[in-house]
Amino acid sequence: MASKTKNARFDVKEQFEKVEEQFQTLQIINEEGKVVNESAMPDLSDEQLQELMRRMVYTRILDQRSISLNRQGRLGFYAPTAGQEASQLASQFALEKEDFILPGYRDVPQMIWHGLPLSQAFLWSRGHYEGGNIPEGVNLIAPQIIIGAQYIQTAGVALGMKKRGKQSVAVTYTGDGGTSQGDFYEGINFAGAFNAPAIFIVQNNRFAISTPVSKQTAAKTLAQKAVAAGIPGIQVDGMDPLAVYVAVREARERAVNGEGPTLIETLTYRYGPHTMAGDDPTRYRTSDLDNEWEKKDPLVRFRKFLEDKGLWDENKENEVIEKAKEDIKVAIKQADDTPKQKVTDLISIMHEEMPYNLKEQYEIYKEKESK
Amino acid sequence: MAQMTMIQAITDALRTELRNDPNVLVFGEDVGVNGGVFRATEGLQNEFGEDRVFDTPLAESGIGGLAVGLGLQGYRPVPEIQFFGFVYEVMDSISGQLARMRYRSGGRYNSPVTIRSPFGGGVHTPEMHADSLEGLMAQQPGLKVVIPSTPYDAKGLLISAIRDNDPVIYLEHMKLYRSFRQEVPEEEYTIPLGKADIKREGNDLSIITYGAMVHEALKAAEELEKEGYSAEVIDLRTVSPIDIETIIASVEKTGRAIVVQEAQKQAGIAANVVAEINDRAILSLEAPVLRVAAPDTVFAFPQAETVWLPNYKDIIETGKKVLTF
Repeated sequence: MASKTKNARFDVKEQFEKVEEQFQTLQIINEEGKVVNESAMPDLSDEQLQELMRRMVYTRILDQRSISLNRQGRLGFYAPTAGQEASQLASQFALEKEDFILPGYRDVPQMIWHGLPLSQAFLWSRGHYEGGNIPEGVNLIAPQIIIGAQYIQTAGVALGMKKRGKQSVAVTYTGDGGTSQGDFYEGINFAGAFNAPAIFIVQNNRFAISTPVSKQTAAKTLAQKAVAAGIPGIQVDGMDPLAVYVAVREARERAVNGEGPTLIETLTYRYGPHTMAGDDPTRYRTSDLDNEWEKKDPLVRFRKFLEDKGLWDENKENEVIEKAKEDIKVAIKQADDTPKQKVTDLISIMHEEMPYNLKEQYEIYKEKESK
Repeated sequence: MAQMTMIQAITDALRTELRNDPNVLVFGEDVGVNGGVFRATEGLQNEFGEDRVFDTPLAESGIGGLAVGLGLQGYRPVPEIQFFGFVYEVMDSISGQLARMRYRSGGRYNSPVTIRSPFGGGVHTPEMHADSLEGLMAQQPGLKVVIPSTPYDAKGLLISAIRDNDPVIYLEHMKLYRSFRQEVPEEEYTIPLGKADIKREGNDLSIITYGAMVHEALKAAEELEKEGYSAEVIDLRTVSPIDIETIIASVEKTGRAIVVQEAQKQAGIAANVVAEINDRAILSLEAPVLRVAAPDTVFAFPQAETVWLPNYKDIIETGKKVLTF
């Protein structure tokens, strides 16, 4: 056996090392808020930098309030977002209004900043069909539940944009676990084969519910999975909003210039549980790991970065916090005031025209629901 | 009028809608230059260009996702699944996504998608190609499931399916593709979805069926005629939703019915038709409603296929049981 190995025609170890060493993590500002990669700095105005910070602070408050509303039984399904603000919000910040987002279930913040009214996000969480009724002019669809399905659909939306000659992109999100799905590969492969304007974002938060990345794949990075599809793959520090912004912005430019799709892996972490439906992260994560990642917090480093530039202070922070709290109060009231969804609503929306069986069942449920 | 096979009628319907509506897109595995493995898309890429008629990578799930996404961009996708036995690979796009698009988007989006696919036994395909999986589709609320039995119906139903604003599964029985020709108008026409067709009128027995079994049923009805029985043959054409009015009117007239399907007996379309007749017309019945179907196994390999598939003799036998009950 030994001699066979010696005479092997391919050095597979070397082959992989060469692939993997190309996937270096892009970082622009470090944990202390210092610029470590001046040449990669995005061209953002002071106002834009402040706006990005406002959105991150606002969304952290939204996450805290959502968790507490969930605990009070006033919200339905909720997947916490704290820790992932840079990955989520800076990627959306790099988009234009005409870009179409196909989110996963944790990606409600991007939907909100892309134009979904907060009250509708709450309705979606509560399981009301009006939650998914995205307003005209807001380009997105309700979060995908089937992990990977959004990836193949993104190839379709992007191909449609290309055929229409639009200067826009389709953007989708999944997590580290999602990259194990066949649909993940089919999605990036289709988009590559059609040279479609798509951006595939993998928020690698280290755990798919409880399963660590090391058990998902033998690949050293998730970004390198792009190689098999023949498309660019980029890995960024997903706790660094500027690195995320630059990666997505450049991917967008390539896409609208006809240069096809990009896969972007953001290295991030969710501080909370997988969802509020009984997940207990202490079963699969150590507090040491939690602490290690909390030191990388995107809000902390971006706050320092902006304070050093004289662009942020406590007043600004408190203003955002108050605004978020007020907005949430109003939106919850709107959600409360929305009439409860009925079975007859569901029956009548299944098809453009009700078939005979649903017409009969409509009458039965109309009677039941009138009591 | 032209004499067309079913496959020609299908190509003609696709051409008609590609001409009528710039949003119609035809795509799938080998549908471009090759014109599809059965030539259903013969010449279409040449006529309409690669932008409208195009090959995809070999991945059914990806094809389904493409259809969902193109639908979201206002297109009217008409993907082909090369053989319906491969449908398991694209089930999430069909059942998880297309069928619930209206509901989960509160009515904002719909899925004007028609999935075409060959299916059906009797042509000795390799395994996993020929299964009758319409029952699986009919189990899914939100879909329409259409199965033509003649070239004329094939064209009118496919045009209706493509124009429908909801997802339609359009299944083409492989044995019928080239088995006979029929007069098919060259101009466009539609046949409404959800409407059965009485392929033969009769007074003593209703034979309710669809697809290739329509022809076995007609043959059985001819034989029964020789023995003095008048059988009515109802071609469902759309197996979900079924045309309940036509079925019940026929059963009320004849008082006796059998339901024939090529698929296995368990669950499925025939079971639903029997249940609906029991729900709505039990007092009109002179005999139990019986079924003719394949055995409850997976689809037979070619060596056993001919006996495995129901045929006109099985229909006569079961028909007589009901007629003499």
